[in-house]
Amino acid sequence: MSSDVRFTDFKSDKQPTWCPGCGDFGTMNGMMKALAETGNDPDNTFVVAGIGCSGKIGTYMHSYALHGVHGRALPVGTGVKMARPDIEVMVAGGDGDGYSIGAGHFVHAVRRNVDMSYVVMDNRIYGLTKGQASPTSRSDFETSTTPEGPKQPPVNPLALALASGASFIAQSFASDALRHQEIVQEAIEHDGFGFVNVFSPCVTFNDVDTYDYFRDNLVDLEEEGHDPTDYEAAKEVILDSDKEYQGVMYQDENSVPYHEKHGVTEDMSEIPEGAPDDAMDLVREFY
Amino acid sequence: MAEDLNWAIGGEAGDGIDSTGKIFAQALSRAGRHVFTSKDFASRIRGGYTAYKIRTSVDQVQSVVDRLDILVALTQRTIDENVDELHEGSAVIYDGERSWEADIPDGVTGVDVPLKSIAEEAGGAIMRNTVALGAACEITGFDVEYLDESLEKRFGGKGSKIVENNKEAARMGQEYVRENYDVDLGYDLETTDEDYVLLNGNEAIGMGALAAGCRFYAGYPITPATSIMEYLTGRIEDYGGHVVQAEDELSAINMALGAARGGARAMTATSGAGVDLMTETFGLVAQSETPLVITDVQRSGPSTGMPTKQEQGDLNMALYGGHGEVPRFVVAPTSITECFWKTVEAFNLAEKYQTPVFLVSDLAMSVTEQTFPPEAFDMDEVEIDRGKLVDDDDEVDEWLDAQGRFRAHAVTDDGISPRAIPGTEEGAHMSTGLEHDELGRRTEDQDERVQQVDKRFRKVETAEKREDWDYREFGDEDADNLVISWGSNEGALVEALDYLEEDVRVISVPYIFPRPDLSDEIEAANEVIVVEANATGQFADLLEHDALTRVKRINKYTGVRFKADELAEEISEQLSVEVSAQ
Repeated sequence: MSSDVRFTDFKSDKQPTWCPGCGDFGTMNGMMKALAETGNDPDNTFVVAGIGCSGKIGTYMHSYALHGVHGRALPVGTGVKMARPDIEVMVAGGDGDGYSIGAGHFVHAVRRNVDMSYVVMDNRIYGLTKGQASPTSRSDFETSTTPEGPKQPPVNPLALALASGASFIAQSFASDALRHQEIVQEAIEHDGFGFVNVFSPCVTFNDVDTYDYFRDNLVDLEEEGHDPTDYEAAKEVILDSDKEYQGVMYQDENSVPYHEKHGVTEDMSEIPEGAPDDAMDLVREFY
Repeated sequence: MAEDLNWAIGGEAGDGIDSTGKIFAQALSRAGRHVFTSKDFASRIRGGYTAYKIRTSVDQVQSVVDRLDILVALTQRTIDENVDELHEGSAVIYDGERSWEADIPDGVTGVDVPLKSIAEEAGGAIMRNTVALGAACEITGFDVEYLDESLEKRFGGKGSKIVENNKEAARMGQEYVRENYDVDLGYDLETTDEDYVLLNGNEAIGMGALAAGCRFYAGYPITPATSIMEYLTGRIEDYGGHVVQAEDELSAINMALGAARGGARAMTATSGAGVDLMTETFGLVAQSETPLVITDVQRSGPSTGMPTKQEQGDLNMALYGGHGEVPRFVVAPTSITECFWKTVEAFNLAEKYQTPVFLVSDLAMSVTEQTFPPEAFDMDEVEIDRGKLVDDDDEVDEWLDAQGRFRAHAVTDDGISPRAIPGTEEGAHMSTGLEHDELGRRTEDQDERVQQVDKRFRKVETAEKREDWDYREFGDEDADNLVISWGSNEGALVEALDYLEEDVRVISVPYIFPRPDLSDEIEAANEVIVVEANATGQFADLLEHDALTRVKRINKYTGVRFKADELAEEISEQLSVEVSAQ
């Protein structure tokens, strides 16, 4: 069926309640197109979503999906992929979900290198709770709960991924539809954990990290001739806090995903109708 | 009662107490004797006090008692900790060449064996515990040859020389006592031709999970649940499964949830402190109608409490944990064999009703090794029921709406919806922790909300009708006095019957929710006593609520499990006290 799949097959008939102009529209469109383009269909795709504006994506897309608990999307995705290596798993979340309450899971998902993609809609703000600082907010970004700014520097999720041993690190911009789709596609096709931080502007609560800001400041690594397989070069752009980059920053060409490395290749949903044939051996072990 | 020997070895953590105890327990089991073991241990890697205790008889034994016959003491503290359990006729085996001078209680026979020197002669000081085992064989009239097989099992991986040295060390220990002491305490351990298996509650849970088709386990190490993960690691792979040590319990339960959404039978296990973290996800499991088995091997709380001590303090948490109203099942196996069977049942309940199932065990059961005939775990009896799993086109078609969308949370008469797992064509759907419609999409529509809440709780009502929520019964069915217990106290209670002069009826309850309705039994009884290892009587509260009456309570929260003789005394005492007017 996959050859006939169009990206609209991944669209549900539920109308998004995101604010008009929200970056998440573009982010989601790119994800759906990337999934269709990589030969997946809704029945073999599992989307996991966290909590927040980004978490609503499971409702607006059509596939197998779970909209879970705040911050725990990556463990859910990990479990799905372990049980079903045959299923395409895509985890979606926001900067709060992924880098604040879920930061611990992010580090460990990265180092586990499970073969799934993780798309973070980074708007540098808590939108759904109506405008509080997020872990990627600038240190002087004034919000209702941080009137003088968060008083702490923002997290650099790309550096966090690099330090955790990531095999694929990328960044895209929701408004640059074609490049965003290409980058997510590369994350899907990557053998391992494909991490994409997406600039997905919040038009309602963030008047600093706007579409215009990113359009004016974005540097495309592809145009710069960046070689993502060059770890040192990757490190340089990832740690460069003066610029906003788009593109694949780092890719380990020799990445071996968790399930291949550790032989987790069976479809775990299939089990016999009773105890396994040799199950009495388990008992005899205790002689 | 047949000859009943209580043996123990104690010393510091790091002295190899556990493995030595296990070797003796296995040898007794190989000799066709029943064994029931317990452990005293602390949350430390070295030092302190730790002991491995064995009660053995040719009849089945299922409790510890307040009596110690043979004690191998590697430290004075071992003697001090057990002084109340030693009696005239007990023997303490110790090494008088060590720096401490053993203070042997009056009436107790001290058997001074130069364990270290003999071990060195046999090939290395490290074998001193084996020398002690040989000495114990001599005193108990137990053939030292029975140790051979368990020594092979324990040391086989280290090469035949080590095995042979240990066999020799045991014989030298036996010889030494034979030549230097004329100890006759009257023990002459009988052997039989029975073949028993020796395992603990956590191993039984792990084995039950494998028998039931569990393919994915995620957990975070915590005493006393870790040995379930250790059991599954290295075995589950043989069946195409996998174990993941997660970064924390929050992750562990969500990974297991993910695997279950993928269609695997999945489980996580932890202890109370870990359940606290997992509570975050209880609601999601229930709301998304995901079949999941969550095991709580209880230990003493609250907070870090006494991490290596017994308690049944998590009943309320298992029943009520999580915000909002979370449909669930709570099953509490009452014995080690039941740890196996209830685990199998927990997986079936989870899939049949697409609901979280809490399997509540405790520390006492997790560390106790007990003998059983292998038929107690007859794998042919294992049944697997995957519930309303739909996998072919016709079945899926039946559950599509007019627009061809799969109704994963369809409102049905029995509350149970069809379940399609990834890869099933036309089955794609979302599930969520949000309130949702039949398709799994969020809703705040009042009618849909009520329909979905009702259908989730209707699953529990359906289960109440369809399944057996029986209790187990012991003692005298017609007795006026009723003693009720839940979880692992069953063994001690059953053995307490042997010590009790009064006739009592014992009801042991393995199902906490849904649970058997005991109103009639409680009403028919003259006195009702509820036994549980917690301070407040959480199960007694439930029974009072169910039966609209008051019950007497025996609560123990010292961190030590109930012992048969002590329990008999307490029951007897309670029965002699008039109930205060309510």
